[in-house]
Amino acid sequence: MWRDAMLVAGKDLRIEARSRVALWQVVPFAVLVLVLVAFAIGPDTGPMRQAAPGVFWIAVLFSTVLTVQRSVAIESGEGTRDGLRLSGIDPGGIFLGKAAAVGLQLLVLQLVLWAGVTIFFNVRVHVVWLAVVTSLLATVGLACAGVLYGALSAGLRVRDTLLPILVLPVLAPVLLAGSKAWQAALNGNASSGTGWLRILIPFAVIYLVIGIVLYGPLQEAA
Amino acid sequence: MNPTGSVSRPRWLTVVGVLGVVAVGFTVWLGLWITPPDAVQGNLARLVYVHPAIATVALYWAGGVAVAASLFYLWPRTRTFFWDRLAVSAVEVGAVFAALTCVTGSIWGRPAWGVWWAWDARLTSTALLLLLELGYLALRRVPTDPAVRARRSAVAALLIAVDVPIVHFSVDWWQTLHQGGTVLDPGFHLHIHGSMAWTFLLGFIAFSLIFVWLLGVRYRVEVLSDQVGDQEMDVSLAERWSEGTELVGAAASSPVPAAPPGGAPTMVDQ
Repeated sequence: MWRDAMLVAGKDLRIEARSRVALWQVVPFAVLVLVLVAFAIGPDTGPMRQAAPGVFWIAVLFSTVLTVQRSVAIESGEGTRDGLRLSGIDPGGIFLGKAAAVGLQLLVLQLVLWAGVTIFFNVRVHVVWLAVVTSLLATVGLACAGVLYGALSAGLRVRDTLLPILVLPVLAPVLLAGSKAWQAALNGNASSGTGWLRILIPFAVIYLVIGIVLYGPLQEAA
Repeated sequence: MNPTGSVSRPRWLTVVGVLGVVAVGFTVWLGLWITPPDAVQGNLARLVYVHPAIATVALYWAGGVAVAASLFYLWPRTRTFFWDRLAVSAVEVGAVFAALTCVTGSIWGRPAWGVWWAWDARLTSTALLLLLELGYLALRRVPTDPAVRARRSAVAALLIAVDVPIVHFSVDWWQTLHQGGTVLDPGFHLHIHGSMAWTFLLGFIAFSLIFVWLLGVRYRVEVLSDQVGDQEMDVSLAERWSEGTELVGAAASSPVPAAPPGGAPTMVDQ
């Protein structure tokens, strides 16, 4: 399964490296969210700093939807899904590979956004390890839940409008826990942030396990 | 084929519906006129006769039926469209009750807290549940093969069921202002007695009956709409067939003697 996952992730990332959709569309979109929210809040540094963690995670969530849509679109070409299914690759491996590719893109995106909030919102992360651990755990959860819901909407003509309404309420706990943990990391108060990791860990584990189990039946349904 | 008589309305459903409506009527009558106002909350406390009952139906009855039915559909040995239809009916009725929970809660919250909406744990998780259910129903409305739709919906329902405890737990941690001196305080049960207790209990029975009734009606609508879909398919197939035979017949009986031999099939293809 792991070898299959590596193959699928490699394939998705190679396509990404050649098409550069994430680089030229998703990353600018995420930065655009930062700028737009900054316009909405106004130029005062006080409210800006308070909003920074939430804005960071909102941008990550919206970009997750775009990245997952892209990940589904890769497989929507003529007979691609059938080809993948008939290739004998383990469905759990396909799930893990696609989630890994999405997760890796999201991590790169978060690095850019980190720089973005530092510059635009004038904040500094005081507890770096907490911010990094939060991002890693949240990314596993976002990628797994995202790819799973992507499979649920795959092959439907209306999938682009359907996916956000399906997946965004599901990702609400990640937004909540991620924002709170980041707030703690910004304030230099690590102890109040670690508690929120206890939501991110089960979220990531649950969607990872469900994804490996249910991706096969979902593929058959598509 | 009989277009209307194949699924008759079962008698028990009508009985449950009438009982439910009568019970709700009694709850309203007892709640508004017979029971005394609460010592602390005054007339505001009368909402306790409907709000917890509606919330119970939304969260436990509808959620339980939807999850169980989805599991039964996914389990290969029990896979029939009965469970699929039951699941979608439960989610749809559950969404109505979740919306009602938010509305009745807001009506109570405005005079009690001074705001229509507070970002309290129970309110927020109920609102998110409603959004998750709307997502399920949106997925459901996408036209696709019934078996594909049923399997996707069942998976989606289970994913929602997994998500709800996480949402509840995280929101609970995030913000809990709800308790403490409200009518939903656990200590409430110690204070309730007499006509208030009976009305409170009757509210639960009344809304549970209404839930069963709506579930049955919605299930029947699902069966009927599937039948209409099948019939439309049969009718349009028959139309295509008859068009084809007409064209072939017209070509065969054509008075033009010099018709090319390949003429008739070409016309049928059109």
